Amino acid sequence: MRDVAVVGFAQRQMREFDGSPNCVELLVPILTELWEQTGWSKSDIGFWCSGSSDYLAGRSFSFVTAIDALGAVPPISESHVEMDAAWALYEVWLKIQTGEADTGLVYGFGKSSASPLRRTLALQLDPYTVTPLWPDTVSIAGLQARLGLDQGAWSEGDLAEVAARSRTSASDNEYAVRKGETSVDDVLAQPMFSDPLRRWDCAPVTDGAAAMIIAATDSPLYEQVKERSATITGFAHNADASSLGLRDLLRSPSTAAAGKAAGVDGSTTYDVAELHAPFSHQELILRRELGLGTGTTINPSGGALAANPMFSAGLIRIGEAARRIWSGEARTALAHATSGPALQQNLVCTLEGAH
Amino acid sequence: MSATASLHAQMHVEFPYTRSLGPVLSTFMTGLASGQIVGGVLSDGRVACPPPEFDPTTLEPVTEFRDLGSSGEVVTWSWVSEPVPGQPLDRPFAWALVKLDGADTPLLHAVAADSPDAMSTGMRVRVQWAAERTGAITDIAHFVSLVEPVETTGGGFETLAGALSSTNEDITGITTPVVLDYEYVASPEESAFGRGLKEGRILAQACPTCHKVYVPPRGACPVDGVPTSEPHELPDTGIVTTFCIVNVPYLGQKITPPYVSAYVLLDGADIAFLHLVLGTEASDVRMGMRVKAVWKPEAERTYSLENISHFEPTGEPDADFETYKNHL
Repeated sequence: MRDVAVVGFAQRQMREFDGSPNCVELLVPILTELWEQTGWSKSDIGFWCSGSSDYLAGRSFSFVTAIDALGAVPPISESHVEMDAAWALYEVWLKIQTGEADTGLVYGFGKSSASPLRRTLALQLDPYTVTPLWPDTVSIAGLQARLGLDQGAWSEGDLAEVAARSRTSASDNEYAVRKGETSVDDVLAQPMFSDPLRRWDCAPVTDGAAAMIIAATDSPLYEQVKERSATITGFAHNADASSLGLRDLLRSPSTAAAGKAAGVDGSTTYDVAELHAPFSHQELILRRELGLGTGTTINPSGGALAANPMFSAGLIRIGEAARRIWSGEARTALAHATSGPALQQNLVCTLEGAH
Repeated sequence: MSATASLHAQMHVEFPYTRSLGPVLSTFMTGLASGQIVGGVLSDGRVACPPPEFDPTTLEPVTEFRDLGSSGEVVTWSWVSEPVPGQPLDRPFAWALVKLDGADTPLLHAVAADSPDAMSTGMRVRVQWAAERTGAITDIAHFVSLVEPVETTGGGFETLAGALSSTNEDITGITTPVVLDYEYVASPEESAFGRGLKEGRILAQACPTCHKVYVPPRGACPVDGVPTSEPHELPDTGIVTTFCIVNVPYLGQKITPPYVSAYVLLDGADIAFLHLVLGTEASDVRMGMRVKAVWKPEAERTYSLENISHFEPTGEPDADFETYKNHL
């Protein structure tokens, strides 16, 4: 395995972006920020990959029009995934492993507010027996939450604790759209939105974009940026069955499998974990599957309950983890990304400081 | 609206997907059409509904089926306080995972109930069939609590007439309509362009780095990755670079074929855009032909490129190939 490090990261998150659905106006300043962070230019990037969805943009080939933001002349080597950009990062990491590239830039964008998000996301479900009913994402998460409440896997108070901590931690996050000092009682005083879930148990609809640069540590370019880097020590992803009825919704075998493949075996206590849990009970599932105990600070950024831009929120988890290693706040970190209904697809990336 | 605010427009996208069915889903949908819910037998002996096409453990095709009851038990549920279009009910209702009698895994569907208080895990529910069954998951209109009286007005399978009217033919395909609504927001550059069109002007912009003139202007010059920020008004005259003659009729076509769809390079622009060339025989249109915009009357103008109805030949001599060879 080639050691690869995160050396650049920039993000924008907001409640409603008053601009075009391919978010080019967000991507241009984000990329400028990355060039400033690294001192590199587009010719230093060996491979590019993005994550986005035409269903959010409401137009075909939106990822192709977004390439305008890169200034792709002369031609670049580029790819795209219809998943969170964390999976695009995986593709870039893999490309670097093959030796075909030494550096890579990954970006994700999504204008979640352009259509009713919880409805549009029904298009990711089984098109034969599920999508024609248009089940919304919040209701599907509600089925999972109630199962856990009924079976004693978690309590209403447990969910409120996650929501309160996420909002409170997000206070310092300039990009969080839902934040502020919040107690468990404050959460429990909120009315039900999709019983058993309150609005604060559900990630807010968020527009945004994020981008990241990674580099092989054995490449000459890395020497220029190594002062600020976080090395990827493990990286894997996995998926559960697509049929909700065939899954044990209280568990996330794909998270456990991805964690295991990424080397999460209990031997390391991570200083920080950034978990992509769009619903409060899902954080509890993820913590259990990844064996995260009290020694790990969970979601110092506030996590997805504070801001959840579709197709970049997973990458942002990895970026937030890397940022804390750059600052010295953490030496080891675990980042997780999810995609699909009720935590169907999961990705785990572990990071470590150079020293 | 201020002169610099983004232009917004409602956008409605609608398309039917026609999907063919393999043997497993064909069995399931054929069952639904006749008012019978069918489950598939998994390698571990469990009966799954809907039947998966492949066993989740062995990945072998599912080939054995079982008829299931039309009643079952709610395994878990959530309340929809604000339904969205297309859902089985347009008033608040519950989604539930329902384990039908004879099945071991639950089916996702809607349960009609007056309030969350009427719902509970473990409650018994039964199918309310749709008035007309076509062999689709929506043949199950929704579920109702078993204590509700049976509705027979819908011609459901509880009535003999309903059972007799159902087809015996195998369902081998389904059509699933997709209906989506968006609020489209134009970029600052597109918004300025749209406002210009309303005034009958073509407000292009040039890239500050390579100075290429883009029409419409763009959020980023694809060569340099920076917004096209330099204002550059263009005339409504130009040339046809390349074109095609449309001979194929299609749904929603506004002009009778044959007609010409052409790339028009406005005088002073570096990028051609697609428009119509009318007012002449399609067979007369050629590369390099000089054309001029025909605008719609001011009263009919919006913020769209459709403000230009089409382009027409000016009769001037054709442009020399050398002058536009780099714009093809």
